[in-house]
Amino acid sequence: MIYFDYAATTPPYDDVINTVAEVMKRHYGNPSSIHQLGEDADKLLRRAREVCASALQIKPSEVVFTSGATESNNFAIKGAAFQYRSRGNHIITTEIEHASVYESFLQLKELGYDVTFLPVDRDGNVSPAQVGAAIQDNTILVSVMHVNNEVGTIQPIREIGQIIKQKHPRVLFHVDGVQGFGKIPVRIKDWGIDLYSLSAHKIRGPKGVGILYVHEGVKLFPLLSGGGQERGLRSGTENIANIVGMSKALRIAHEKQSENYNKWTEFRDLIVDAIEKIPQLQLNSTKKGTPNIIHFSYPGMKSEVLLHTLEQEGVAVSTRSACSSKHTEPSRVLLAMGRDLAAASSGIRISLGDDHTLQNVEVLIKALNAAVEKLRPLERGK
Amino acid sequence: MMKSQMLLLRFGEFTVKGKNRNRFDKTVIDHVKSLLKPYPRAKILKEYGRLYIDLNGEPADELIAILKNVFGIVSISPVIQTAPELQNIIDCALEFMSEKNIKDGTTFKVNARRVWKEFPHSSQEMNHLLGSPILRNFPGLKVDVRKPDIELRVEIRQHAAYIFCEVIQAVGGFPRGTNGKAMLLLSGGIDSPVAGWSSMRRGLEIECVHFFSFPYTSQRAKDKVIDLARVLAGYAGEIKIHLVPFTEVQTSFTQVGQDNLIITLMRRAMLRIATQLAEREGALALVTGDSLGQVASQTLPSMNVIGRATDLPLLRPLVMMDKEEIIRLAQQIGTYELSILPYEDCCTLFVPKSPTTNPNLRIVEKVEASIHELNNMIAEAVAKTETMVLRAGEAVSLSGDQVINEEWF
Repeated sequence: MIYFDYAATTPPYDDVINTVAEVMKRHYGNPSSIHQLGEDADKLLRRAREVCASALQIKPSEVVFTSGATESNNFAIKGAAFQYRSRGNHIITTEIEHASVYESFLQLKELGYDVTFLPVDRDGNVSPAQVGAAIQDNTILVSVMHVNNEVGTIQPIREIGQIIKQKHPRVLFHVDGVQGFGKIPVRIKDWGIDLYSLSAHKIRGPKGVGILYVHEGVKLFPLLSGGGQERGLRSGTENIANIVGMSKALRIAHEKQSENYNKWTEFRDLIVDAIEKIPQLQLNSTKKGTPNIIHFSYPGMKSEVLLHTLEQEGVAVSTRSACSSKHTEPSRVLLAMGRDLAAASSGIRISLGDDHTLQNVEVLIKALNAAVEKLRPLERGK
Repeated sequence: MMKSQMLLLRFGEFTVKGKNRNRFDKTVIDHVKSLLKPYPRAKILKEYGRLYIDLNGEPADELIAILKNVFGIVSISPVIQTAPELQNIIDCALEFMSEKNIKDGTTFKVNARRVWKEFPHSSQEMNHLLGSPILRNFPGLKVDVRKPDIELRVEIRQHAAYIFCEVIQAVGGFPRGTNGKAMLLLSGGIDSPVAGWSSMRRGLEIECVHFFSFPYTSQRAKDKVIDLARVLAGYAGEIKIHLVPFTEVQTSFTQVGQDNLIITLMRRAMLRIATQLAEREGALALVTGDSLGQVASQTLPSMNVIGRATDLPLLRPLVMMDKEEIIRLAQQIGTYELSILPYEDCCTLFVPKSPTTNPNLRIVEKVEASIHELNNMIAEAVAKTETMVLRAGEAVSLSGDQVINEEWF
């Protein structure tokens, strides 16, 4: 089985696995303890923080370690909303965010916040002008994802950041960077980003660990209170082994970004050409999107059916984002992009990894053709 | 001659200082050379009062960020060098301007300087000879000789002409180590690293002296100070740090029943130890991070009584600075983030409820005389001092163990 679901999660590098195991075994000390074992753990934590900061081109003191991107997103959004309640209660996001952002906004709406969900165009783009127009005197936060996890659209983060800061420098800008980092270039410091979420397991690091970048001077209301770790922002004993493992994955992702980008672009073009030759399939991703994600619909065929058929042909792909693929409702993102119910219920995502080869891609293309051939007689009314 | 991308580094005030000039120049050049090691294609060219770095494709932005910190350099300009012939200069100037972000209404002026008098056109003539083709090629541009957005400067020398417009402020001061050597009393606080950097900028070579009181202070506190010294080493190339075991001396002061004098006594002992280390290392002054009135030991009466413990000049670069200014400098030189880590060092140990702000010298001397073994303890602290050499860019293996396995990262 060839795995084409890297946007859901990735196999950790062997080096990461070994590092995590070694650190777990040797450095079990609590970094808050003041004996030698604790001090050693603390040193590792500091070094990991430096390595992560340098890969993200930020300051070590701006790194907050979390349990992953769901926590980072929840913390960024709710932490900012609670902290800056006195400034206003209007918060802005888009209709195509990851569930951990979208649901956080829905929760805040229930708590009485005034929430704006910005629409997207047919390709899934948010317009910076629209973001600018949505900002009011009482706006405290704008949250826009860098790369969409279903269709791979790249949002104009730099332009959005510029417009937000022009409108009001105090409006905070959160970017969910989970699907962007290591795939396409990001410049946190140059793009007016105040908060940036990352997850290690999307870049071949361990699961259960992530980062929230908190721009110097930005305050967040802590969601986890306790022993005051992470400068009081995120209590809980630090997961040293996973944090060290993540810092390695982060460094590699940063260093190999442009090399991988070129490779993915080449593979993406091959796969897209093949999909375009199959009349049953409708592409949803575009060549302007991130090159590691290809998304299409097979109207008239439930996505699960195509997924399992492809599985029989030896390739693992995804229906929508992994986090919501167990639900059978149509994709919220595709509906927001103006697709009809048939297209929104039949989406398939192919996502590439840094270790895929041309051969893997050829197997995938063959499998796609074979699967559609098999399923054609079973198509339902479109 | 082909045109090439260069950086122009201008030297500061030391260029006027007679016989020392050569030594000063050489020091700056050595410093620049050591920083250029990771950029092998960059070449250094010397000229009177300045240096040129021929980039040969190395990244200008990165080099500027690094070279800005070289003591003795006052400013840096990215320049284009070309042959000192009119047509060449015009072509280069046009190309140079085309890389600028010129909008409708952007203002500019030409500021030509003919240093090489054999060049057939005077400075005044050159302003026009360059100005008119530029205006023709960039119709959006307007001339403004008072406050132009872009001041295109052209220098015509015998061997080359230089075209530039940006002048980037650099750190200035004197080349490193050209004004002698001093011992810096380095704590884990915000001030003393800044005092060290300020002294280094005036051309002092610095050796750090740090006092630790194990088990009252932790290994972490010591490591933090070593990290601070490592930041200073980034500016100096290399730096020595002397780690003085201070527990015995310090605890002896808690026994005399004059709690309000503890800080005064401790400071005097530190100066004595630092003085002995200075004599051993051939340093001619002590540097501290004192800032007038900041804490009890930094009132004028305290400074008076404490300062008398040494015969060496006591240099206090921060003495008249406000805390805010010191913090800003600390952030600028990259020590602030380390300094605010919370590990306690020996300066904050045994701090009495109300330390004196106005100690009496005679009483202080009497108390010192009553501590029987004080001089021996001081001599022993000096003898047991450990010295480390920290080099720029080199990872220090902290506390001698192998906690950080670089393969993990």
